Parts: sequence; C-alpha cells; structure tokens
Amino acid sequence: MKGHDLTIGPVLFHWTADKKRDFWFRIADEAPVDAAYIGEVVCSKRTPFFDRHLEEVALRLVSGGKKVVWSTIAEVVSKLDRNVVGSVCSLDDAEIEVNDASALGSVSGRPHRIGQYMNVYNEGTIRHLARNGANHFCLPAELPLATIQELSSAAKLCGASTEVQVFGRVSLALSARCYHARAHGRTKDNCLFVCENDSDGMALETHSGKPFLSINGIQTLSDRYLGLSSEIRSLCQAGVSALRLSPHSFDMVEIASAYRKLVDGEIEADELNKMLDGIGVPQPFMNGFVHGQPGYERVSGLPGH
Amino acid sequence: MTDCGSFEKPELVCPAGTPAALRTAVDAGADAVYCGLANETNARNFAGLNFSAQALEQSIVYAHQRNAKVLMAVNSFATAPRTSLWHDAVDIAANAGADAVIVADIGVAAYVAANHPDLRLHLSVQAGASSPEAIRYYCKEFGVRRVVLPRILTVGEISAIHREIPCEIEAFVFGNIGMMSEGRCSLTNYAAGISTNMHGVCSPASAVRYVGNSDGSTSAELGPFDIDCYSAQQPTGYPTICKGRYTTPDRSEPYYAFEEPISLNLSSLLPDLMRAGVTALKIEGRQRSRSYVHMVVSAYRRAIDDISAGLQPDLTGLAALTEGGKETQGAFKTKKWR
Repeated sequence: MKGHDLTIGPVLFHWTADKKRDFWFRIADEAPVDAAYIGEVVCSKRTPFFDRHLEEVALRLVSGGKKVVWSTIAEVVSKLDRNVVGSVCSLDDAEIEVNDASALGSVSGRPHRIGQYMNVYNEGTIRHLARNGANHFCLPAELPLATIQELSSAAKLCGASTEVQVFGRVSLALSARCYHARAHGRTKDNCLFVCENDSDGMALETHSGKPFLSINGIQTLSDRYLGLSSEIRSLCQAGVSALRLSPHSFDMVEIASAYRKLVDGEIEADELNKMLDGIGVPQPFMNGFVHGQPGYERVSGLPGH
Repeated sequence: MTDCGSFEKPELVCPAGTPAALRTAVDAGADAVYCGLANETNARNFAGLNFSAQALEQSIVYAHQRNAKVLMAVNSFATAPRTSLWHDAVDIAANAGADAVIVADIGVAAYVAANHPDLRLHLSVQAGASSPEAIRYYCKEFGVRRVVLPRILTVGEISAIHREIPCEIEAFVFGNIGMMSEGRCSLTNYAAGISTNMHGVCSPASAVRYVGNSDGSTSAELGPFDIDCYSAQQPTGYPTICKGRYTTPDRSEPYYAFEEPISLNLSSLLPDLMRAGVTALKIEGRQRSRSYVHMVVSAYRRAIDDISAGLQPDLTGLAALTEGGKETQGAFKTKKWR
C-alpha cells in the first residue's frame, strides 16, 4: 500500500474562522498527508467568514509540502451559490475539485478533479468527464468494492486516478432546506449560523433513542463514523490511489499519522482501530457500503467482489 | 379572473406505473405519460410496477393513437459493472418508439447522444441540475431538450432559470414532495443496503417492518431504525427517512426533522408557473392507483384548459388526494420553506 496518497477532505462543518485556520495550519505543519482540499462545500452563506483566510491557508499548506485543491459547493441553487462557484473556478492556476455540474462548464478543457458529490457510477461517466479535463475522481461514498474497481480501471485508461473516503462521517443527502435552522425554528435565510454550535454535526436519534443521522445545515450525514481499515488493502488493489480523511474536531494530525502508518505497512488494521479509539473517535465504525451492505453496518472480513 | 397574459398552454405530463395506469392517464387527458421498465434502470423500481419491453411497445401504440406522448424514464444511475442494463433500457425505449428518454446519469446521456442522436433527451429531476450553468452543460454536451427541475426552486427562480437556458422546463405540480436533493440521497442505502441511485428504490417495502410496542404504539422501521412511532390513536404511515420523526439534543420530543408527510399541490400557482415559462407540468405518482391517476389528471386537465381560456380553475377536489390530507406549495412559493 506504500506509495498511496493520504488526503484531508474539505471541512464540512461551520467552524469559527479561527478554529478552521488553526486546523489547517496544524495540518500544514504536522500532518503526514499528500493533499488537502480547502473551500466551503456545504453552504455558501458560510463563505464570507473564511474567504480572507483561504489564501494564507493555501500558502501554508504548500510550504508544508501538501498539494492544495479548491473544492466547490456541492449544491448550487442561489445567486450566492453560483457566485461562489464562479469565483473558485476563476482562480488562475488553482487545482479545482468539482462537486456539482454547475462548475463543469467553466473548468472545461482545464485539468481538474471530480469530487465525491458528483454522481460517478460508471465507465461512460468517467470517460465523458475525463474528456472534459478531469484527471482525478473522488468516488461517491456509497459504492461497493466491485464498482470502485471498475471505475478505477476506467479512470486509469483515461490517465486519471481515483480516491475514496476512508474516515469520517459520510455525507448521505443534500437539500435546499437547512435542517439546522429548522431544528431551531428558523429558516435558511434567518439561520443566524446556528450550525456553528455543532462542530461535528447535530445528532438525530430515533424514537427509541437509537443514534441515526447527523445534521450539518443542508447536509445529512451518517451518525456513525466511517472507519475503513482492513478494507484499505482491497481498495488499493482495486486501483484506488488516494485515501481521504474527512475532517472532524478530533485530533486529525494524530488520525492522519495513524492512517499513514497503516498505509506504509507499519501497523495492521487492528492497531489502527485501537489508535482511533484512543483518540476518542466513537465506535463502532461503519464500513457497510464498500462491502455492499447497509452503509451503517460494521462488517467484519474483507469486502468481496 | 385569472390573468392569462403571456404563456403557451403547457403540456400535462402524467405518471404511468402500469400499462393500465397509462391508459387511464391518456384517457383522462394527459398530453404525455412517463413510465419505466420493470428493473433497476428507473427511480421507481417497486415490485408490481412498471413495464416489460412488450408492454411498453403496446402502450406506446395506445398513446400515439390518442395523440399522447410516452416519455421513458431511464433515470437511475448506471452502475458498473451492470452498466449495460441501462444501455439496453435506452435501446428498448428507442426501438419501441418512445418520444423521449428521461435520464439523470452522465454516462447514460452520453450513450443516448452517441447511439440514438435522434431520440429526444430529457434531463431527469434525479440529475439535480438546479442552476443555469449545470443545465447549460447538459444541453451543450448531450443535446438535452428539456430539464425536469428539482423541487427546491421558487417560481421566481424558475422564471430566472428559464431566461438563461436553451431548453424547455418541466416542473412538478402535484404529488410526493422530494425533500432531499434528488439523485443525491444515500439514506436508504445507509439504513437498508439498497441504493436509490444504483437500484432505483427509496424505502423498499422489503426493508420495512411495523412493530407493536407494549404501550399500544406502533413503530415503523426501515432496516434496524425506527423511523417513526404512532400512538394507538394515530394512523400509521410509511417509513420514509426524510419524513420521519426524530429527536435532537435540544428537542426531546420527536419532530419532523426534515419534512412532514405532506403532498405538493401547486394548483394555485399554475398561472404563475405558466408565466414563468414552464413548458410541461408534471404530476408525480407512478406508484399510485388508477383511480388516483384518473382524478388528479382529470382535475389538472380541466385546470390547465380553464386557465388557458382565461377562466378561474376549480381544484378543490385535489386536497382529498394529498398525503394525510395535508398539502404544501413546498419550495415553490417562498424561500421561507428552506
């Protein structure tokens, strides 16, 4: 598995500007990752808070030896959404990760990446997007291994690479409605940024008290944390070249270091899980999707084809 | 008196879950019906629903004889290594003489454009194309002629999009209200291991269970999760994740965290939608009964004809057909819905 890239995905949650800047500075200085995805993906209303820091964050990451990729908004409806996408796509020389078809036209003919919010499920989609300039695909989180393998092969034929999320809550749905605002009797337009209160999402439980989902503004995430470990060898054998850690408020430098050790063959999957437990990440982890099982499940053994 | 200012009479597009429902919709005045094959290639892949290739062919003949169009939904996401199933569905639609295919997947759209360049291409709501930039991309790359807009836009926004795109607009006016952005929801796969995008199913009956509790209440479960719970006095509903009740750390009383079980009914906004430049008005409900299809299609047929003739439409009967008798104008009326 050595030689595979570790990446830090975009921060999905509405952290304060200071917290977010400090997070990225620390990743830049200390995390053993190869690439970092910056920029707001979930809600364009949040962008004014962090826009002024993005450039210094990008510079710091570059001086820390990380490739910097600018991610675009995953759902584009309002004028502000469209403007935010437009301004990211107009950055000269920036490497862009496209998360909605809205951005495909403006990056056409220029090398770019496709993010996990784009629906990439088959070879034809890979080929089309590669012709448009895509050279790297972060695949949707719900894919089983057999599909990941086919898509990685198709990407390779187009000279492109693939990436899969291995850590962090998984995005399950997007909406035009803000469920954080709704929970507090507000609407998206007068939300007062109440999502800032929940740095890893707002828990939704069922009637019987079962943890189920996690709300992040217009985004619905899994309650469980994705924690792929023993599956990583299979993913690499399937042709995946990069593994994504999705940021949470736990010590992401330690988490990245643990994953680095696994990828470099210094520790086994069990040890990784113990280390993540020690860091305080809630377990059991979910891993069902890659096994072709209900996503929330914790499946033992290796994923089949 | 309704202001019938400047608009063309829109096409009424109606659901056909079965050949019988297709005939019912056509007879009730549908300008077009939409349907899918009985497999994973469309987003209403439910048991007992949809068409065989042969039934499709016969139904198209029936519709065409009565001047109605048939639009075939191939609008789930072709999933490797099963991609050819979706290509086959497109071929079947083309061979049967469908008037258009409704697709969501980029790979399927590319297949249609390359192999059936004369087959009219509609972009499904499942593509989630909610901005002019996204829609224009699909038009330019694949020759999309019509976009079915997500149910997350206001009429004002639809009107603005209309001015910025080169294709027709189809908008939902009645039926189930999609809470999550269509084509971007893995909630069912998370809870039940069946994917809306990859298998065309949301909340499949095979994963649903009703469990009686000791206090007389009934829990409605999807997979292992109790999506809702009904007291002995309440009627039980069907457990769809985005219409369930949950608690948060701040709200110990279960509430509809996403949306209530409610139906979209835009009858009062019809003149506005027509003025916004909508070419086709769509009724949701391929899973619905023939009598439902008959009543809704007839009512909307009359309404569109009345509005076009400058008369006040009467749609009072429709409220009885909405989910739990409750209806909403969803995102269409005001941004406050968000």
